[in-house]
Amino acid sequence: MRATPKLVIVDYGVGNLQSLGKAVKLFTDQLLVSEDPQEISQADGLILPGVGAFEAGMSGLGIRGLIQTVKKFAESRKPILGICLGAQLLLSKGFEFGEFQGLDIIAGKVVRFPELPEREKIPNIGWSQIYPKSDASSWNETVLKNIPEKSSVYFVHSYILAPDARENILALANYGGYEFCAAVRQGNVYGCQFHPEKSGPVGIKIIENFVNLIPN
Amino acid sequence: MKNIRLIPRLDIKGPNVVKGIHTEGLRVVGNPRELAQRYYEEGADEILYMDIVASLYQRNLDFELLKSVSDNIFIPFTVGGGVRTVHDINNALRAGADKVAINTYAIHHPEFLPEAVKKFGAQCIVLSVEAKKIREGKWEAYTDGGREKTGLDAIEWIRKGLDLGIGEIMITSIDHDGTKKGYELELVKAVTSFAPVPVIAHGGAGALEHIREAILGGQADAVAASSIFHYNLFSIGQLKKYLLEEKIKTRTL
Repeated sequence: MRATPKLVIVDYGVGNLQSLGKAVKLFTDQLLVSEDPQEISQADGLILPGVGAFEAGMSGLGIRGLIQTVKKFAESRKPILGICLGAQLLLSKGFEFGEFQGLDIIAGKVVRFPELPEREKIPNIGWSQIYPKSDASSWNETVLKNIPEKSSVYFVHSYILAPDARENILALANYGGYEFCAAVRQGNVYGCQFHPEKSGPVGIKIIENFVNLIPN
Repeated sequence: MKNIRLIPRLDIKGPNVVKGIHTEGLRVVGNPRELAQRYYEEGADEILYMDIVASLYQRNLDFELLKSVSDNIFIPFTVGGGVRTVHDINNALRAGADKVAINTYAIHHPEFLPEAVKKFGAQCIVLSVEAKKIREGKWEAYTDGGREKTGLDAIEWIRKGLDLGIGEIMITSIDHDGTKKGYELELVKAVTSFAPVPVIAHGGAGALEHIREAILGGQADAVAASSIFHYNLFSIGQLKKYLLEEKIKTRTL
């Protein structure tokens, strides 16, 4: 009998899953890339990747019948990691090219960067440092466990995570003089605006932490 | 000021990394897998992988080689050379690329750019422009690794590319490439002065000061260089340290 896949990467048609899969496989062989609701439900941990526009992401999930699948996964308290667009979809609403419903797992919205104090270009493409909103101990027992404060990670985005509750902000970053939410958390659900799979050894450590959150 | 990206560039011919002068007179400088791994470990912010003869010979990228090079690299990886179809981009992404750089095919078929942007997102599509100076303030765009004239004004072509939705620009100075005499600042400035998307300067870096000039004088968002890294003129760490002393921010390691 085949062992139950421990971790599933949801393939909903947006973006490149290659490097993410490669990074996850450094820490577990029990990885499945799937668009099948049944297979996804049976996993013990879920990664929601993705690049692109909010609406395209939601319709990618919708046409595969995955919206309820992911929401139920979150309700079951099994660990979820959203990355970039995947993190944005965890929130209630997105305002990219209109107003669209998100998965609404974490209350909040996804909004465009405002005009930046230092007039930097948007999208933000490049490396920025992440830091906790209060003290570093807030990262203990999370995906950012043992990540040094002010570690640099790689961002590619024009829209930002804006959770309603400050307690859902796990990490902050600054671009062009503007402080924004770099990572969200609610219980076992995490969302990183940056790409851990593209953030060098620091990002790889974050992926390892996530894999370790999944119970054996 | 944001962090400036430092990008080693691998020019690939066959199984080797090569380097030429004015994009000609190619010499083998190393193994792509080893160089990419070294630059990743030294703290490169991204890696550029350009098959410099694929377009010329109407060939596709060697996806097996690409896959082996990208295998243990967990930073953004941009790939160019002979990209002509959505299928090519898919294959490059599957072989480990995050972005693709397009030059020759886009010049002959500009309608390909919005198609690619729609399918993969602007963040995935880098317009690679090889420019050769005609006279003061005027550059012509070239194709096929700096070999073929196009008759197109490089700056006008970039404006058109932006209208078609591309997410990033890499501007190569054919006159300065491989000469180690510094970036062509007028060219870089001519692009950064209007481009709303990030601009990668390429061609001519031979000293630490050249990188500073491209950033401060040229206003580049990122700098690509090959000779200085391949020939160990200085390491990425040394470059970062120097830039920090010059009050230019890069990613902290």
